[in-house]
Amino acid sequence: MADHKLRETPLLDELKKGPWPSFVSDMKKMAERKPMVNDLLGQLELSYKEKKGHWKHGGLVGVMGYGGGIIGRYSDAAKEFPACAHFHTVRVNQPSGWFYTSAALRELCDIWDRHGSGMTNMHGSTGDCVFLGTTTDELEPIFAELTEKDWDLGGSGSDVRTPSCCNGMARCEYACYDTMDACYNITMEYQDELHRPAFPYKWKFKFSGCPNDCVASIARSDLSVIGTWRDEIRIDQAAVKEYADSGMEIRANVIRKCPTSCMSYDGKEITIDNKNCNRCMHCINVMPKALRPGTDTGATILIGGKAPIIEGALLATVLVPFIKMNKDDDYQEFKDLMERIWDFWDEHGVNRERIGECIERVGLGNFLEAIEVDPLPEHVHHPRTNPYIFYEEYFEEVDDAEAQKA
Amino acid sequence: MSELTTDQIADEMFNLVKEYAGKKRFKASDLTKEIIAKHGDSVNKKDCKAALRVLMDSGRCVYGYAGGSFISLPGEEGAAKQ
Ligand code: HEM
Ligand code: HEM
Ligand code: SF4
Ligand code: SF4
Repeated sequence: MADHKLRETPLLDELKKGPWPSFVSDMKKMAERKPMVNDLLGQLELSYKEKKGHWKHGGLVGVMGYGGGIIGRYSDAAKEFPACAHFHTVRVNQPSGWFYTSAALRELCDIWDRHGSGMTNMHGSTGDCVFLGTTTDELEPIFAELTEKDWDLGGSGSDVRTPSCCNGMARCEYACYDTMDACYNITMEYQDELHRPAFPYKWKFKFSGCPNDCVASIARSDLSVIGTWRDEIRIDQAAVKEYADSGMEIRANVIRKCPTSCMSYDGKEITIDNKNCNRCMHCINVMPKALRPGTDTGATILIGGKAPIIEGALLATVLVPFIKMNKDDDYQEFKDLMERIWDFWDEHGVNRERIGECIERVGLGNFLEAIEVDPLPEHVHHPRTNPYIFYEEYFEEVDDAEAQKA
Repeated sequence: MSELTTDQIADEMFNLVKEYAGKKRFKASDLTKEIIAKHGDSVNKKDCKAALRVLMDSGRCVYGYAGGSFISLPGEEGAAKQ
């Protein structure tokens, strides 16, 4: 039973109606034993009434030595709602692929029940397990309990944000590299960059095992690693026949929907002109028993994706068409590339400018030259965009010719 | 020129933050650039990264956030409260 008076929330109560689960019902349950949640409901009701938010930034709160992981929030209506005067968010680095044991979930919830509102967001759009609402005093105790059990905070501010990945090889036959291993490895490699913000702005890594891109890395990360293959789609013609026999309209639903028209079907067998396949995954998704990615697998690295904050949204574009994501050499090729990109960003990045915007500003050609990547046709965003790549050799040749004339 | 120790770099960084407190907000990379500009080839980015870690773990400086992350003295506007 509550030892505090429960807030009246007629407007919020409207949201309990209807067929879907309601956050209001959950919060009301919590409000009975957490005054912080009770006052939160009260403040939210006020916001609904006034059509106005009541949260303010109060500078950074954090734990000793870390510059990220906690987002400070204060109420500007604390007089009326004292229990949610502080309402800081704690980002906890989720396990790769969001796999938890029930014991791990209990551990997290128990820590949070002791030190915070008890409300979580599983998971935030960054990927982290998000603990919603606590006070400044509780931050160090939460951090101590989390780290004692081998958990850690995630990123925030101008740092490497908590990397995330699809559950790849753990559950999905399409995975072209081990996304969970790569994500974990990169997270551990860049602990310093994750906890001690040193960049011009945030940096997000996301890892998808195939071009279906289940973590939407192309839209939601600065550095997107998407599994791919460079040999041929594997075809099981017997399974093609089974699909046909069971009534699938192969011509209409597969062949004619291939975006590059590189497939054909003679009524018995499918053939694919693999040179013209752009690995869109459509045919494989429709006929997973008959078609599978090739066996010479790796990943495409794309750069510059971001949601609109200061400038508009950007989709990431290809930086490295194919890279072997090699566990045995600890992803060295990938990490070497990262060092070069970050050196460039340190040097040329402007405060609050994402890498995609930085590349647009300095020009792709200059960026590629600085990070020692040769210009490739794959760098052209789409037909009729000029990548503004100038080949210096060309100018040198002219110079040589002039020199000879002289 | 003799090599600087990590602690010495951290101290120099701290002095910069202290000297410019309230006038300039240093990002971690700004401090690194200042140190490298002053000492040239005898320090590199890795040394500076290690020094930043020492500096922040010592509690003499804290991270702040105002649009982007920066490094400041505890208790300054926008900085973490100690
Ligand atoms: C020797 C003669 C020709 C040469 C060397 C030539 C060369 C080119 C080149 C280099 C392009 C640009 C392709 C691109 O950037 O994707 C182009 C595009 C085009 N040309 Fe020609 N062209 C010639 C004759 C013609 C003629 C006679 C016509 C029309 C009667 C024509 C119509 C077009 C059209 C419509 C495009 C734009 C196609 C598109 O972007 O979809 N061309 N041509
Ligand atoms: C009053 C007459 C015309 C107007 C107002 C007009 C306008 C335009 C406009 C606005 C574009 C798009 C340009 C761009 O995307 O940058 C275009 C493209 C084009 N027009 Fe016209 N046009 C006219 C007549 C013609 C004629 C008579 C032809 C051919 C005989 C023609 C052939 C083309 C072609 C091939 C393109 C595509 C170019 C490309 O995308 O590379 N146009 N036109
Ligand atoms: S991105 Fe590809 S590999 Fe990863 S879960 Fe989705 S379909 Fe499977
Ligand atoms: S993956 Fe896409 S482009 Fe490649 S053959 Fe299948 S449908 Fe065509």
